[in-house]
Amino acid sequence: MKAYVLRRLWQSALTLVGVSVLVFVILRVVPGDPAKMLLPEGAPQSAVDELNRHLGLHEPLHVQYGLFLKSVFQGDFGQSFQYRAPALRVVTERLAATVQLALAALLITVLVGGSLGIVAAVRRGTRYDYASTILAVLGQSLPNFWLGIMLILLFGVALRWLPTSGFEGWRHLILPAVTLAAFPMALVARLTRSSMLEILGRDFIRTGRAKGLAERAVILRHALRNAAVPLLTVVGLQIGTLLGGAVITESVFAWPGMGKLVVDAIFFRDFPVVQTVLILSATIFVVINLLVDLLYTVIDPRIRYS
Amino acid sequence: MSAAGAVDAGARAGRLSPTALVGAVLLVAAVLASGLAPLLVASDPVKPSYSRRLAPPWGLGGTAAHPLGTDNLGRDILARLLHGGRTSLALAAASVIIAGAVGILVGLAAGSGGERLDAVLMRAADVQLAFPVIMLAIAIVAVVGTSPASLVGVLALSGWVLYARTVRASVLSIRRLEYVEAAYTLGASDLRIIGRHILPNTIAPILVIGSSQFATMVLLESGLSFLGMGIQAPRPSWGLMLAEGRDYLSNAWWLATIPGLAISLVVLGANLLGDGLRDLLDPRAG
Repeated sequence: MKAYVLRRLWQSALTLVGVSVLVFVILRVVPGDPAKMLLPEGAPQSAVDELNRHLGLHEPLHVQYGLFLKSVFQGDFGQSFQYRAPALRVVTERLAATVQLALAALLITVLVGGSLGIVAAVRRGTRYDYASTILAVLGQSLPNFWLGIMLILLFGVALRWLPTSGFEGWRHLILPAVTLAAFPMALVARLTRSSMLEILGRDFIRTGRAKGLAERAVILRHALRNAAVPLLTVVGLQIGTLLGGAVITESVFAWPGMGKLVVDAIFFRDFPVVQTVLILSATIFVVINLLVDLLYTVIDPRIRYS
Repeated sequence: MSAAGAVDAGARAGRLSPTALVGAVLLVAAVLASGLAPLLVASDPVKPSYSRRLAPPWGLGGTAAHPLGTDNLGRDILARLLHGGRTSLALAAASVIIAGAVGILVGLAAGSGGERLDAVLMRAADVQLAFPVIMLAIAIVAVVGTSPASLVGVLALSGWVLYARTVRASVLSIRRLEYVEAAYTLGASDLRIIGRHILPNTIAPILVIGSSQFATMVLLESGLSFLGMGIQAPRPSWGLMLAEGRDYLSNAWWLATIPGLAISLVVLGANLLGDGLRDLLDPRAG
């Protein structure tokens, strides 16, 4: 158990090192002249030289990487020239909006996706099952940028029920959250259905029914609790989908989060911000999945790790 | 599944479920329609014609000359849809093939190249998965540009992990099977074992992944083009058409609706086919 925790911590640390190497390669090695890229267009040669010296660009690559890692650890991700502020502060200021959107979408994913999957498994072969399956297939097939625009067209332009962009109050959250949730919700619905079906066929469920437990108790207390374990992994991995999906969803709904920030930053060629968003979102993903794995050992004491 | 198993799988392909057949038909129709685009539509997909801007589709007040209407620059939407489809489908197909080839090689190397190589390659896979796909893609495209070649590279980069993990897992399990150990004992080389025993066993899951990944690639490519990081105007592409249509939602809804419908149908087709293949080739799953 302790060895398992240590191994997972070690793996996560290695993954984060890999993340920093990849970001370094993409933004510092590939462009050839990164100082020009990290500065606004038309920056004077003296500024380019100054940044070259700061980044240590005359040094060999491994020294440059060391300097890069050192500044990342010191929280120095460079200056955003679009906002004239430290890139890390620019990004963390937008993080709350993305977390809010992602949590709302996660709630829809788990509640709606889970319910659809349970109903489909319990009522297998009925029209409820088919309806849930069709919803799941559609959720995985409709591109979220199109779904978002169609929701705007229907609820914003035609019916005028909901606001289509902006960031004031929960009414603004509905359409973006539904858009962002569609894909992971479909996935969760399908996985809940198949793992519930598998567990409903097990002996202990038959025993529960035989001893006269209410069907509700059998399904919610015994079947669902066992089906929840594999689902947790999937939900953890969907954090990446939510952060990535936020890039498009936030652009469609003008939601002022990290996703919209990174798209705007790329158009302004504000690479310090791009670099910060990449490192921050990969770190969030790695940490959450580490926590999910460690949570297993608490939820399911049968799992033994060597 | 050995050589005989492959033949068996081929025989079973005749028994695809009805939904998988619908998926296959959707895909074939999309490939044919966009492949034959220059023969099917006479209108120029790129040249503007300002005198006939924003014409509605045929049957909704439009004419048969422009069955799906025209866009904000008066270009025929059907022509743009079919020509855009050529680009989207070709990019998606190329990236599925490259991602598959790279992933299979990495999986084989990780599964049969010793523990150290395995650990390095699997950590690389973790690193790849730690980034939200679209975020990594736009960052790379911003640095290397939006040429079709770099788009294919970016798409393929996002797809290799799934193949690698699947192939690695089956290499590790197949190596322990008695007949493979027997083949080793008889002096078969690594390459022979891979070619004769391991690859034929992994064809089924690879086909399944490839089919569903085609859907993912179409979504990703159109997402990039939608954000302005993919195919550049005036070349037609589904994601770009959708983005251009956003500004006309209140007076010309078909501009954004039609390309999105095309993307959805292709993705739906690939997903249905992928699901059907999985049910057929791997009876244990689903």
